[in-house]
Amino acid sequence: MFVGPFFLGLVVFIYVPILWSLYLSFFDAYNTVTPTKFVGLGNYADMLGDPSFRDSLLTFVVFAAFIVPTTFVLSLLVAVLVARTRVMQAFFRSVFFLPTACSYVVAALIWKMSIFSGVRFGLVNTVLGWFGQDPIPFLSVTHPPWYWLVIVSARLWLQVGFYMILFLAGLQRISPTLYEAAAIDGASQWQSFRYITLPQLRATSTAVLLLLLVNAFQAFDEFYNILNTFGTYPPYARPPLVYLYYVALGSGQDFGHGTAGAVILALLIAIVALVQGRITGIGRGGD
Amino acid sequence: MAIVRNSRADHVSAALRYAALAVLALVFLVPFYLLVRNALMSEPEITAPDWAWLPPSWRFSNLVDVFRDPAVPMGRALLNSVIIAVVQTLGVLVLSGMAGYGLARIPYRWSGLVFWLITATLLIPAAITFVPSFVLVSTLGWISTLRGLIIPGLFQALSTFLFRQFFLGFPKEIEEAAFLDGLSWWGTFWRVVVPNSLGFASAIGTITFIGSWNAFLWPLVIGRDAQSWTVQVALSTFLTAQSINLSSLFAAALIGILPLLAMFLLLQRWIVEGVERTGIGGE
Repeated sequence: MFVGPFFLGLVVFIYVPILWSLYLSFFDAYNTVTPTKFVGLGNYADMLGDPSFRDSLLTFVVFAAFIVPTTFVLSLLVAVLVARTRVMQAFFRSVFFLPTACSYVVAALIWKMSIFSGVRFGLVNTVLGWFGQDPIPFLSVTHPPWYWLVIVSARLWLQVGFYMILFLAGLQRISPTLYEAAAIDGASQWQSFRYITLPQLRATSTAVLLLLLVNAFQAFDEFYNILNTFGTYPPYARPPLVYLYYVALGSGQDFGHGTAGAVILALLIAIVALVQGRITGIGRGGD
Repeated sequence: MAIVRNSRADHVSAALRYAALAVLALVFLVPFYLLVRNALMSEPEITAPDWAWLPPSWRFSNLVDVFRDPAVPMGRALLNSVIIAVVQTLGVLVLSGMAGYGLARIPYRWSGLVFWLITATLLIPAAITFVPSFVLVSTLGWISTLRGLIIPGLFQALSTFLFRQFFLGFPKEIEEAAFLDGLSWWGTFWRVVVPNSLGFASAIGTITFIGSWNAFLWPLVIGRDAQSWTVQVALSTFLTAQSINLSSLFAAALIGILPLLAMFLLLQRWIVEGVERTGIGGE
């Protein structure tokens, strides 16, 4: 009576689609969600052999290499600064947290059309102009790949506040007596950060790192909205979900390959999540 | 002597800390500033070669004109977003709240298996399975309908898991007193447990609302015709269209985030708690 409605919905809207997709992924299914011809593991072989699918995984790796460390360091730095502040602490915390209210679409819009607009009136190009520099076409060149700066800074701005809150909660759990003891022993601020704060934040840090990784794997919104111009997406910088979107829901409506791709990605992410569960204890029942 | 030097060093480090925070805070506010500035300017003013810090003429009429633009149905999109976010938030709270309570308290056959099947879905984020979910929703004929946009998002394993963790820590004595008064599980839950869990429900509710309002991939996949666009899909279509009017675009974006900005100012306490709970699981 209590669990029933939820569980029924979960089965219908999560388990049924996953099982149906597993089935569909062994068939040809163009423009239709009913299987036409059995192809065995053909779709999987096609996907793994498709250079653009492998490129999408590589794009994720590059993206993660940028976004994970920068978000981690900046949100920890902001959390430490805010935690030490007495006056105006609530104000600073709110300012850093406020971008969480913003959607990826709105951020993409501000980044693409105002901050990193490739023409003169973009904010960055205006500032560059004050120093006598030529405007940079941030989104229309691939050498150098300026678009990474646009994409990474947008997500950084959007998610620092979220992780700052997690770090602040972690910092609050550290006993002040540890810092008092360190002060009596004459430890410098850096030493007490290095030998007290960081080790005490270990559980939080692990959770934050894995959340950052899992979220980067699902990146779609900012890539789609920043790089899609006049309805066409460039052939580069397609992370896994963007790639899958164009395979399954683009002009081809190729659900056989689309579902095979979804299964591969789900397996990859499940492995990461299992590692996460091992480390943080989420999903083990918690008691 | 040592004490004096120490306190001067403390003052210097405090000053540096405030300076760093102030600079960072300014940088973090720049995008909001640009959003408001551009929303209140005309297109020629935005694209003018000379930078204007403030709108030369404050065009609040831009915010009204957006609703008259036939290219982007903003009024309908706002209505869709409100309906979807409200129904999903209430639905998730009722479904996950009940399920979490059942899992935490009520023993029944197969409960181990049911719990395992629920937590197993935590391993795979919903975004990854958008193709399978699309396949199901199109089989049901729910493309471009509110049903298709709302219902698949109602069954959130993470919220259920968090409610279960919360109810495990709920004081049993209160429920036992309710049983002595002759209430059933059902009556105890609605009359005793729910009124004492409103704080936790607010935390989960605000986070669900934000996620629902800002969702993009699923509404993009399901909202095939303009009548079923949400605010995010309407903005995205506008942004990636052939010809765009910059001042309308920014005015529409400003309207699109106002509901959440208001929520952040009024309900920040619950949102922060929601972030802490959903971020690190049921710790």
